[in-house]
Amino acid sequence: MKRPTSLEPGLVIPGRSHGLLDVPRWRFLLSLLVKKELRVRYRGSALGLLWSYVKPGVQLIVFYIAMGKFLGLERGIPNFVIYLFSGMVIVNFFGEVFGNTTKSIVVNADLVKKIYLPRELFPVASVWVAFIHLVPQLVVLIVAALVSGWRPGLLNIAAIVGALVLTVVFALGLGLMFGAFNVLFRDAENFVELILMMAAWVSPVLYTWAHVATVIPDSLDWVYKLYPITAAVELNHVGFWIPTAAVAERYPQGTGPLIDSLPMWAGAALVLSVLWLVVGQTVFSRLESRFAQEL
Amino acid sequence: MTRAIVVDHAVKQFTLRHTWSIKEYVVWNLTGRGGELKESFLALDDVSLTVRQGESVGLLGRNGSGKSTLLKLISGVLRPDRGQVGVRGRVAGLIEVGAGFHPDLTGRENIYLNGSILGMTERDIDARLDEIIAFSEIEGRFIDSEVKFYSSGMFLRLAFSVAAHSHPDVFLIDEILAVGDEPFQRKCLERIAELRTAGQTLVIVTHDLNLVSRVADRGIVLASGRTVFDGHIDGAVARLRGEG
Repeated sequence: MKRPTSLEPGLVIPGRSHGLLDVPRWRFLLSLLVKKELRVRYRGSALGLLWSYVKPGVQLIVFYIAMGKFLGLERGIPNFVIYLFSGMVIVNFFGEVFGNTTKSIVVNADLVKKIYLPRELFPVASVWVAFIHLVPQLVVLIVAALVSGWRPGLLNIAAIVGALVLTVVFALGLGLMFGAFNVLFRDAENFVELILMMAAWVSPVLYTWAHVATVIPDSLDWVYKLYPITAAVELNHVGFWIPTAAVAERYPQGTGPLIDSLPMWAGAALVLSVLWLVVGQTVFSRLESRFAQEL
Repeated sequence: MTRAIVVDHAVKQFTLRHTWSIKEYVVWNLTGRGGELKESFLALDDVSLTVRQGESVGLLGRNGSGKSTLLKLISGVLRPDRGQVGVRGRVAGLIEVGAGFHPDLTGRENIYLNGSILGMTERDIDARLDEIIAFSEIEGRFIDSEVKFYSSGMFLRLAFSVAAHSHPDVFLIDEILAVGDEPFQRKCLERIAELRTAGQTLVIVTHDLNLVSRVADRGIVLASGRTVFDGHIDGAVARLRGEG
């Protein structure tokens, strides 16, 4: 911490923080903030967290019937519903992290205005809340995958973890930046909704990379592959969809219609996301000093 | 002499924006910037002061004189535009009663939430939990019910009790001395006096002149963002009464 020359040792400047690096010291408060958030979200609901299992469960069954059977998408993509749902889980998770972190500072305006805490606590608490909401969707997905003959190896599990890490890093970077903008201009929330809508359709969730490759010019391939949510969705496909029975049968070798040399692209996307997180944190720190007076 | 708080030529200017949407901002730019979107005023104009460890200081002044802004600079919620502020150790206190409280949590949960917001560790709170509850005079059957069912008095008492047991290095109190009913107010004052005797550094912002002269040794009077008096609390009170 920078100390001005006229202050003797032991005196520190109040309100200066090390950003995300300060968060671990506040983990007890972080856990309480997460608990509070969950409590508020499920207040007055008799079934509480159970709703989080019912909704994706019903969704998955509807997709299976409507898209897999009626639309016949299952003929082109084996175990289509697993393909779709493993991508959707990532897109939902991205949306929840990005959306909640963007709103987190404004929502906690009362605290931000009155008491100094590392402000990154609020976005980080949103990430944990999103994680907790992800669990039921993952459970539903795992059950459906097991029914479809899911036999994951270590690499498949690693791909799932990689998908989640990549999503969090990218979404938190965006969320810090937009969360800070949102304090100055509430329009940021609307931008985020727009971005989320695009994110859901641009990444290979409803279709495969093979479909994209035939349309976009080869020279622009890299843009699509470098987009972190594409990489995360494909990693999750590797985790959940590839090791199911019908897929393993159809594509005995390789990754079928997924992006080729995925590890390399995922690695590049992770580097990009980490850089983005640094940018987000920098913007956040710049604007942070104005939070209390702008809210 | 160990300095607990140093405020060195602090300047704080506020900008009042009249818009919060990009659309209005763009329209304003396109229409030739007619009228002012921004207005600014100096909340603190070159304020300097030093508070020694163990000192009990009352910050006095009329509404809008900059007292709360100064308190927020000390707590780190706001940062000065110019000049600098330094503090020793953990600064916490009652900036606004119940800012860290959530109506959907129980009294006990709120003690943990608010305590940790004020910088207490889980172990600190565990150790002082009974003391906090006892001081708040909230009955056992209420402490585990949600705070939204509390009367306003109960709520204020709990908030004060948590803050009064948070043991920061610098304790800031903003306008909360009038908490609860008469007996509880007396208890709050006793508690503050106790903290003061124990060598707690205190900074108190209030309009209640009788009260502040009982809990502070030193008074600082602000007017329009400048320090106009810094000395014994009785002098500060007299100065304010003379003006009033």
